[in-house]
Amino acid sequence: MSMIRYIIYGLLCAGLLTALLASGRHTQRAYAPKETLSEYGFFKGNMAEQVPVAGIMPYQLNTPLFSDYSEKLRFIQLPPDSVITYDPLNVMYIPIGATLIKTFYYPQDMRHPEKGRRLMETRLLVHTPGGWNAWTYIWNEEQTEAYLEVAGDRKPVRFTDHNGRNVAFDYIIPNVNQCKGCHNTNEVLMPIGPTARQLNGDFPYTSGRENQLQHWIKAGILQGLTDASQAPRAPVWNDPASGSLEDRARTWLEINCAHCHKPEGPAKTSGLFLNINEHDPTKMGILKTPVAAGRGAANLQYDIVPGHPEKSILVYRMESTDPGIMMPELSRKLTHKEGLELVKQWIKAMK
Amino acid sequence: MRLIPILTLGALTIICHQPAHAQQDIQKKLQRQLITAEDGAVIELPPGTFQLSSTLSLEGKKKILIRGAGMDKTILSFKGQTEGAEGLRVSNASDITIRDLTVQDTKGDGIKTMNVTGIAFKQVKVEWTGPPAKENGAYGLYPVQCQQVLIDSCTAIGASDAGLYIGQSKDIVVRNSIARHNVAGIEIENSLHAEVYQNEAYENTGGILVFDLPDLVQKKGGYVKVYNNNIHHNNFPNFAPKGNTVAKVPAGTGVMVLATNHVEVSDNKIHYNNSAGTAIISYFMTENPIKDSTYMPYPATVYIHGNDYLREKVRFQGKGRMGMLFRFKLRFGKNVPHIIYDGILNKEWTGPDGQYKSEYRICIGPNNNASFANLDAGNKFKNVSHDMQPYNCANTITTTTSAQ
Repeated sequence: MSMIRYIIYGLLCAGLLTALLASGRHTQRAYAPKETLSEYGFFKGNMAEQVPVAGIMPYQLNTPLFSDYSEKLRFIQLPPDSVITYDPLNVMYIPIGATLIKTFYYPQDMRHPEKGRRLMETRLLVHTPGGWNAWTYIWNEEQTEAYLEVAGDRKPVRFTDHNGRNVAFDYIIPNVNQCKGCHNTNEVLMPIGPTARQLNGDFPYTSGRENQLQHWIKAGILQGLTDASQAPRAPVWNDPASGSLEDRARTWLEINCAHCHKPEGPAKTSGLFLNINEHDPTKMGILKTPVAAGRGAANLQYDIVPGHPEKSILVYRMESTDPGIMMPELSRKLTHKEGLELVKQWIKAMK
Repeated sequence: MRLIPILTLGALTIICHQPAHAQQDIQKKLQRQLITAEDGAVIELPPGTFQLSSTLSLEGKKKILIRGAGMDKTILSFKGQTEGAEGLRVSNASDITIRDLTVQDTKGDGIKTMNVTGIAFKQVKVEWTGPPAKENGAYGLYPVQCQQVLIDSCTAIGASDAGLYIGQSKDIVVRNSIARHNVAGIEIENSLHAEVYQNEAYENTGGILVFDLPDLVQKKGGYVKVYNNNIHHNNFPNFAPKGNTVAKVPAGTGVMVLATNHVEVSDNKIHYNNSAGTAIISYFMTENPIKDSTYMPYPATVYIHGNDYLREKVRFQGKGRMGMLFRFKLRFGKNVPHIIYDGILNKEWTGPDGQYKSEYRICIGPNNNASFANLDAGNKFKNVSHDMQPYNCANTITTTTSAQ
C-alpha cells in the first residue's frame, strides 16, 4: 500500500518538475536573441527612420563615449507597469524585461545632417532573469533590416566631418565578448551610460524640450526622485558653460575609460582608476608609474605629469591609433581630437 | 566532450594566399566558435598558418580545451594586427587549457588570461619574429589575477617586457619552459606561491625576475621558489620602452629579487650573466617615487643556496645610471660579484644588533663559486662589504602551490 503511495507521489513530483523545467525553458526562450531587429517591433514605419513605437523612450547622455565620431540614437523599453529606481551615484536599477537600444550611424556630412545617414549597427542590452545580455544587429546596405551577429564585423565607412574633411576608415562592430570587455562590473555584464548624472539634462521630445529625469518622473517610470534638480549632473564635455575644465575632462575620462579603469572593472590590474569618485591622486594617474603598459608607456615615466600633457602616458595612449598602444583598446580606429585637447588642457592647467 | 573542428578544409585551402575578405572570414569563424562553445568543449585547431587581424577572445566559460596540432604546426599569426592588443584573451573562466600551438607577432601581449581559476598552457609558443625590438608586444604568456596557473613546456621569444609573465596571481607552476630574447625571460610579479623550475632562460636582458611593485590591486607577493633552472647568457641589451619598471633591469642579470619576501633561489645554473648573477634589491634602487603607504619596498626572508655561478671576466653590462654606478662608484672592474645585495634594511624588522631578526633574514647558503657584495646602498655605497658571514643562515620556503 505504502509502496503505491510513494509511486504516486513520485509521479506527481516528476510531473511537477517537468512542468517547472518547461516553464523555465520557456522563459529562457522568451529572452533568446531574435535573428533580425525588425522582429522586436521597436520602431514604426520605415525602421531606418528610427521612430520608436509608443512606450519606448528616447534618451541621451550629457557626455557620451567617443565611438569613432559615430552618432548614436538611444532608447529604453520597459516592461509594462515597471519603474527605474533612482541612484545618485551608480547606474540606476533598470527592471528585468527592459531593453536598452542604441543605434550607431554616420551622417554623410556632419555639417549637413539633412543629406542623409548610414545606420551601422543597433546594439541591445537586454535585462533577463539571468542578468544583462548584449546583442548586436548589423544593418544591411539597403538599410531595410539589421541582422544578429555574435562574432562582430568590420565595415568601410566614409563621411565628411564637422570641418569639411573627408574621413575614410574601417568601422569595427564588436563581438559579444568585446561587449563585456567594457560592460563589466566584477565580471557581471552591466549597462554603463544610464546614471542620474548622465541623464540629468534636456532632451528635445516631440512634446517639447524637457529635462530627461523630470520627464521620466512625470511619465511614472522613475521612482526615488521627485525633483531632477536634486540629482547630480554630469557636465557636457564640450560645453564650458556646463562645468569647469576639470569636471568636463574627468567626466570625459569617466565615460571613455572608467568602465574598465575602476576598482570593479577589467583594468583594475593597472591600479589606474578614472571614475569620477576617485580622489587619490596616484590612483587617478598623477605621477603614477605604469604597471604592464608595455610599449604603451613609450619612453614616459608617469600616467599624468601635472603641467605636462606631452609627458603624460594617458595623453600618449589617447592620441595613438596603434592597437598595441591606444586606449581605449576596443572599437576605436580614430583619435578623438577634441576630447584629447580637453584632457591636455586639464593636465596643462594642473599644478 | 564535444569536438569542434574550428576551421573547415575549405578555409584551409585559401590560407596560403588569402584575400582580405577571406582573412576576415577566418577571424569571424574562429571567434564565433569561441563564443558559442559550450562548457566542456574541445576546440581543435588544424595545422597551418592562420592570419588574424584582431584579438580572439574567450569569456565566461568552464572547462574548455583549445588544442592545436603542435607548437610550430598550428600558427596563429597576428602580423599586421589592426584591432585589439592581444592575440588571445581569456577572461572570467575556469579550467581552461591551451596547448600545442604558436602565437606570433601580436601588437600587444601574446595570450592574456584574466580572472581564470585553473589555467594551463602546455607546449605553447609565443614569439615575435625578427630581431628583438621595443615595438614588440609586452608579454608572451600573461596570466593576471588568476589562480592555479600552469605553464609547462612553453617557449617565449622577443617580448619587450617579459616572455613568461605571471602577475597578481596565486598558486603557480612554471616548468620545462624556454625564454630567450625577451627583456625579462620569466617574471613573477605581485604573486603568491609560485614554483619555477627546470626552465631555461637565456639571452634575455634578465633571466628570472621576482618582483613586488606598488600601487597594484594584489600587493603582497611572495612564497616563490626558483630552482633547478638553467639561467645563462642573459646579457641582451635592454630594449623595453623606458617607462616600464623592467626597463631598469641591467643587461647581464641572471636572477633578480625586487622587494619580494619569502623567496628561495636554489640549485640553479647561473652562468655568464655578466652583471649580476643574482641581485637582491629594494624598490629604492628603481629610483621611482613610492606613494603607496601600504607598500613594503624591502626584500626579506630570501634564501640563496646550491646555485652554480660562472661569469666572464668583463665589466658590468648594464647601461644608464646603474651602469654609471657600477663603473664609477662601485668600481668592481671586471670582477663584478655574483650575488649583489643593496643592503637597505627596514628598521622595523631589525633586532638589537642592527641586523634583520631571524624571520626576515637574507640567507646565503653554500653556493658553488659565488662571490658577494653588500652595496650599502642606503649609505651612499660607502661601506661595500664582501663578507658573506652575516648571511650564513637557512630560510627554507614552503609554497602551497596546488596547480598540477
